[in-house]
Amino acid sequence: MLSRVASNLYWMSRYVERAENTARVLDVTWRMSLLVKEPRLQDQEWFAPLNITGTLFPFSGRHSLVCAKEVLHFMALDPENPCSIYSCAKQARENARAVRGALTSEMWEVVNSTWLEMQQMDEARMNARGVSAFFDWVKERSHLFRGVTFGTMRRDDAYHFTRLGTHIERADSTARILDVKYHILLPSVKDVGRAVDYYQWSAVLRSVSAFEAYRKVYRDAITPIKLAELLILRDDLPRSLAFCMRQVSETLDIVQNDRSAETQRRAGQILSQLRYGRIADIFASGLHEYLTEYLDAMQELGTHIQGSFFAPTLPR
Amino acid sequence: MALNQYYNEMFVADGEVRPHYAPFAQWLGETPPERIAQDRHAADLLFHRVGITFAVYGEASGTERLIPFDIVPHVIPAERWDVLARGLRQRVTALNRFLHDVYHEREILAAGKVPEDQVLGNSQYRPEMVGIDVPGGVYAHIAGVDLVKNADGEYYVLEDNLRTPSGVSYMLENRKMMMRLFPELFATQHIRPVDHYPDLLLETLREVAPRDVESPVIVLLTPGHFNSAYFEHAFLAQQMGIELVEGQDLFVQDDTVFMRTTQGPQRVDVVYRRIDDDFLDPLAFRPDSMLGVPGLLSAFRAGRVALANAIGTGVADDKSLYPYVPEMIRFYLGEEPILKNVPTYQLRDPKDLAYTLAHLPELVVKETQGSGGYGMLVGPTASKDEIENYRRRIVDAPERFIAQPTLSLSLVPTFCGDSLSPRHIDLRPYVLSGNEVRFVPGGLTRVALREGSLVVNSSQGGGVKDTWVVD
Repeated sequence: MLSRVASNLYWMSRYVERAENTARVLDVTWRMSLLVKEPRLQDQEWFAPLNITGTLFPFSGRHSLVCAKEVLHFMALDPENPCSIYSCAKQARENARAVRGALTSEMWEVVNSTWLEMQQMDEARMNARGVSAFFDWVKERSHLFRGVTFGTMRRDDAYHFTRLGTHIERADSTARILDVKYHILLPSVKDVGRAVDYYQWSAVLRSVSAFEAYRKVYRDAITPIKLAELLILRDDLPRSLAFCMRQVSETLDIVQNDRSAETQRRAGQILSQLRYGRIADIFASGLHEYLTEYLDAMQELGTHIQGSFFAPTLPR
Repeated sequence: MALNQYYNEMFVADGEVRPHYAPFAQWLGETPPERIAQDRHAADLLFHRVGITFAVYGEASGTERLIPFDIVPHVIPAERWDVLARGLRQRVTALNRFLHDVYHEREILAAGKVPEDQVLGNSQYRPEMVGIDVPGGVYAHIAGVDLVKNADGEYYVLEDNLRTPSGVSYMLENRKMMMRLFPELFATQHIRPVDHYPDLLLETLREVAPRDVESPVIVLLTPGHFNSAYFEHAFLAQQMGIELVEGQDLFVQDDTVFMRTTQGPQRVDVVYRRIDDDFLDPLAFRPDSMLGVPGLLSAFRAGRVALANAIGTGVADDKSLYPYVPEMIRFYLGEEPILKNVPTYQLRDPKDLAYTLAHLPELVVKETQGSGGYGMLVGPTASKDEIENYRRRIVDAPERFIAQPTLSLSLVPTFCGDSLSPRHIDLRPYVLSGNEVRFVPGGLTRVALREGSLVVNSSQGGGVKDTWVVD
């Protein structure tokens, strides 16, 4: 398929996924802020979404204080913030519009009508509807997008590059959520094995739809180390790192070309570390260090995908 | 302006419904107005959701608008259409013969039927095409011929669009919308289908592939998603299952066109291009064009790729050569023209110029190079100032203008608010030429939504209607 089209499809689904993940993080933060009464902790809560999306700096450039209302607006509706849900919906739609011919009409309608509804949204409407209802809507649109992709697209390269975008973005996002939340919730490493604040940690699980999975897998109280094991290494959980990377690696093997060997090797390497890694080793060398290294490797993988498939092919 | 000076497609003068509109009129009478209002609203929502919008030039970039859709169809009796169809086939065939002739033997010029200087000196005449053989001798594979019905009830050709005519996606979507909203209308009468247009277009494009392969690679070349007709480009590519490409997706090597894919370069056989000649190849035409493909002309001349439409078709739909089309039909086909031409004054001719300047308030004046309803003067509806301004432009460069009597475009009832009022329409059938001439019955009906307006272009406040050919 056309390199330009593949690139647009990949970014379209990355932006849809990014909107969903941001909604998830904000939703959990919002729910937690209703529970936490101590102001210092509340502030920390609202730092998290900014840290996860790497937008603390642009935010603090425009706001003197981190407070609920402003972070919510900045992350959900601010057109000036390239990472806001609003901007993601817009970017997804721009990418889709540029390659309409490669989408099924159902897919286009989902992405287009999401953007049309998004434009109608402002703070008053979001509050009137209920903040959580808004996040549910964002998640549902993303579910619908994936469902329509799954249910209407031919299993050709267009499908594979669309799926690639979803899993790369998610593999990135889950790692960031884990990294930032650990930092806030667990200042001391010696606590990793203990049962901790149920609400805080179950909220992290809920933000990646893994609460019920945790219960089924461990049948035990929530401990940080098991939670990390689930979200990093468990390869049957759709939002875990291992699961996403298996999808990424398999997809790259399908769409491979004569320039993609290095890209496939890098994906395979990240996957092997997840597949054969042990959670005790990860914690021994430091979770934050581990995730930082992982996120760097993902970043480089993204650059290689760009070079192998999307960069214009030069004439010989 | 008395209404009876126009032909009303639905009613005769005493208000009686014409027979071919009877089933629709009956349905309209029996359907509760609330349901109609509701369905008209539903149509708007659907068009928005599907994204059938067009960008408007001269407005903030990225502005997208919906073309207003009216639910009252333009109904044409089958026997009337069959005559029109013969006329369209005849006319487009002659125009393709003319294009081949002026780039080869120039017999029609030698015979003195068309003035040589008007052809060879025309800015749309492409010397690069002289002596080049195109597959099947077809130049204008897709033509959109604009027809209007005058007060006398006769159809006249307003212009032959032989470059990159647009609008066919609206024809298809309008029909889909009508069938979705009012299926009962289609159950009670035989309305000829149009949905197979993309099949016919694909067949036509396959036939002109220069390479003898089982399945030639066909692409649709678009200027990109900021173009006003981008929706249509994407729609047609999808319907035909071909790649929608931009200039940056293609490159030429050894006179062969390739597209850049995730699997490396792939050879392209046919380019259905929706980019004007001037922007097609920066090496050959406008060097500042970012839209085209360097080397495309050379590949085309070498016969290694087919372009639809071919380069240089603009010389045949130029308004200054329009008056000679009936002569072309007689010359190449030895037949009398079936479709009428509008009498045309050529302002390069001093006699015509004098007459036009003396009768501006009655005439329509157009630039020979204009399109889209931009830059024309409609005398009867123009203000004194507008007429005087236009007069100065004509006097400056008379050869750039033609004038025609103001045609009384026919009327079809149209929803304005919640009630029906007569509005002027035209009709653009799409004529496909490959190994044979093909078309679907009907075409795109455009309607001037402003009361009394004769300008149907979407950029100038026009809307669209479904077109029915009924047996």
